[in-house]
Amino acid sequence: MTIVKTQLNRRSFIKSSLLTGGGLVIGFNWLAAACSTNTSKPQAIPDEWFEINGYLKIGENGVVTIMSPNPEIGQNVKTSMPMIVAEELDVDWKNVLVEQAPLDTAIFNRQLAGGSDSIKQSWNGLRIAGASARKMLKDAAAKKWNVPVDEITTELGVLYHKNSGKKAGYGEVASAAAQLTVPKEVELKDLKDFKIIGTSKKNVDGQKIVTGQPLFGLDYKKEGMLIAMIVHPPAFGMKLKSFDATDAKARPGVKDVFQIKIFNDDYKPQWCDTTSFTELVAVVGNSTWEVMSAREYLKVEWETFADHKLAVAGWGADQIISVPGGLESTADHNSKMTDAAAKPGKIERRDGNPEDAFKKAAKVIERTYTAPFLAHTPMEPMNFFAEVTADKAVLVGPIQSPEFMEKTLAARLGLPLEKIDIQMTRMGGGFGRRLYGHFMVEAALISQKMNAPVKLIYSREDEITFGIYRPAYHAVYRAALDANNNLTAFHVKMGGVPENALHANRFPAGALDNYLAESWAIESNISVGAMRAPGSNFNAVAEQSFLDEVAEAMGKDPIQLRLDLLKRAKEKPVGERNDYDAARYAGVLELVRDKSGWGTDATKKNRGVAAYFCHSSYVANVLDIELVNDEPVVQKVYAAIDCGIVVNPDAAINMTEGSIVDGIGQAMYGELTFSKGQPDQNNFDSYRLIRHMEAPKEIEVHFVENEIDPTGLGEPPYPPVMGALANALYKATGKRLYNQPFSKSS
Amino acid sequence: MAEFNLKVNKKEYKVDVDPSTPMLWVLRDHLNLVGTKFGCGIAQCGACTILLDGFAVRSCITFVDSVGDKEITTIEGLSENGDHPLQQAWIEHDVPQCGYCQSGQIMNAAGLLKANPHPTDEEIESAMNGNICRCGTYTRIKKAIKTAANSQ
Repeated sequence: MTIVKTQLNRRSFIKSSLLTGGGLVIGFNWLAAACSTNTSKPQAIPDEWFEINGYLKIGENGVVTIMSPNPEIGQNVKTSMPMIVAEELDVDWKNVLVEQAPLDTAIFNRQLAGGSDSIKQSWNGLRIAGASARKMLKDAAAKKWNVPVDEITTELGVLYHKNSGKKAGYGEVASAAAQLTVPKEVELKDLKDFKIIGTSKKNVDGQKIVTGQPLFGLDYKKEGMLIAMIVHPPAFGMKLKSFDATDAKARPGVKDVFQIKIFNDDYKPQWCDTTSFTELVAVVGNSTWEVMSAREYLKVEWETFADHKLAVAGWGADQIISVPGGLESTADHNSKMTDAAAKPGKIERRDGNPEDAFKKAAKVIERTYTAPFLAHTPMEPMNFFAEVTADKAVLVGPIQSPEFMEKTLAARLGLPLEKIDIQMTRMGGGFGRRLYGHFMVEAALISQKMNAPVKLIYSREDEITFGIYRPAYHAVYRAALDANNNLTAFHVKMGGVPENALHANRFPAGALDNYLAESWAIESNISVGAMRAPGSNFNAVAEQSFLDEVAEAMGKDPIQLRLDLLKRAKEKPVGERNDYDAARYAGVLELVRDKSGWGTDATKKNRGVAAYFCHSSYVANVLDIELVNDEPVVQKVYAAIDCGIVVNPDAAINMTEGSIVDGIGQAMYGELTFSKGQPDQNNFDSYRLIRHMEAPKEIEVHFVENEIDPTGLGEPPYPPVMGALANALYKATGKRLYNQPFSKSS
Repeated sequence: MAEFNLKVNKKEYKVDVDPSTPMLWVLRDHLNLVGTKFGCGIAQCGACTILLDGFAVRSCITFVDSVGDKEITTIEGLSENGDHPLQQAWIEHDVPQCGYCQSGQIMNAAGLLKANPHPTDEEIESAMNGNICRCGTYTRIKKAIKTAANSQ
């Protein structure tokens, strides 16, 4: 048991005026109705709820509703975050209902889906929320029974006073507890006393999902709601010139067609504001099909823009960025990248004397790796509901970054933050795409113009061609070997359009006396954004397949090479800023070696290994390929993971399986190319995603057991599997793969 | 605009829509059945899968004027109490991540099991190949289909 002070998180315990009565969320009646039915173990809904703190309320019958604060994109924080609260509250999980919290910065910290950080950042806050409620319940029982509070214990939602034999369910004292003040100190459980955390709990929305209940932004409806769609430039480097809406307006069901401008002239865009397509044409009507059909009749003229500068709000200070004009093509990008790679880059890290080591080397291995732009393509297309009136805005839909977008909306609508209400629906995937909430602003502006509630919908083509892509990348790796096949120097030079993927302080930096990391970038007017494990989603593949080639040249087992380097990094690290724990990194390699029978299973001929550390968690993979009719088939993938305490084991395995499938799919098939500024792919017939037939036949996941505070899994299991795939394909086909998508070169 | 009589989940409905309206949008916008999802609009992702007289079809390209008096089943009508063997198996294996594709996956699987009650792994993969899961729950979907098949 640990005693912690609650002062640092005091604002978590403010009783919010939003959370009054049974109606937790304003105007969100359809969701409240859906929540009260169809749980896997139906609960008797209480007659009265008593709000103990901003995170939870308890009914007179002992049923507990826990608010899930963070946006849900399929990473299942909607189950795991409430599990943490429920653990310290000490209730039976089967008596817990979960509801999605709205954006409420007075109560909740960091309501963001990104960086695989929800559990890591909120671990303590969630525990304190549960523990403080438990303390208040104990205090209420102590008062009721007139006994010292230290003599009261709890177990699974029941308070006990052993000395007198008194007991009471939480529901019986909830009303009294709700009147008490928040405690200054609370007791947190010891890990060994956990009853919920570390056990697998089913997805809290599972039953609703499999019965088609309304859950997603696209499902949201309100009486009187209109449907809107936008038209954006067909190519990057273009902007709106003029449009003729005469025919479109005459189509059945159409209410209006007009132009919208996303930013005011004096606004400095934040990181989550996209600036490539800021003047759009909106079509508004009664139903989706009518609006989609009417849009075909809209005549729009576009024009190119010139090079220009843009003032943006940087982290800390404003920045001026350059936006080049021109209609870019993939062929241009590729030749520019090849040219840039031949020139010196910006030195990001230099240890020892790498130039000398390369000069003296008996052998130099040099390899070039590339990967294309990618589109996120979450299954639910972009959409948002907005109802904007003179003094208020209500927004409902899928957004990963509501707190940041609230600021953009406030600026654009001229409303104070308190008058903007954001409710988060369950999201049909995010992958980083929904961090950039331009669709919220668009929906709000359309609602404002129409003076009506509006749901904005993007078609799949609208979305794939809108931008906010994963950049195109290029990396050159060099290794120097001496006459005894020792690795004496390592050099990585990374570039991309419009960004590079370099993380200069990651392994093998710190493990080698002579190390050089350089970077460069090519300007572009194509918009990019964070995609699942930014940077890592390329550099892991390049680095881990390069290490495989180095190991082969050295005559060393690839796992052993990594373990030797990590041993050096642990015992005698080079430099100070080494962004990994060498012992934990080695730990996952040893675990995957052990569980996969690496080196001992002679039947496995086509195996590849890779490991990576990003977003605070360590992952190692062994991937087995079998040749079926001469075609490589991914038979099995092993994953060994160190993410500290695992809150919900089966859900963690599900996330890992999904990351592995996603990684294989992106490396094998993902590709977005451009011709004169226009994306060449715009739907799933041309932009290829991995499907049932291509998924691994089997995935086996193991977790390192330790007591380190939990870290995330949304991103860490995604990058390394691509390296393991490349290395296994080499064994299966004899061919090294350097350019993604691998399906094109294999 | 024209009037159509439709049989959906064993109920009769009358809608007044353009004949070229895909059933996907008739269901979502006019019948308030939003379990059937929009993913691509060109029958490439399977999120819009419904059953038409028990056969799995993509509702995004099934126009309302082609349905006639065929029986439409959507995810909401797969079972009365959400306890179809596939739905139960999906819960048993805790399949969904984001959940958006799962209605389409389940309906397609329902069509598969009706035509082929005990499919092999290869038959499952092949029949389900038109249903994309962006979150990558394919291995769990396959396990759930086998569980549902074995329970029948």
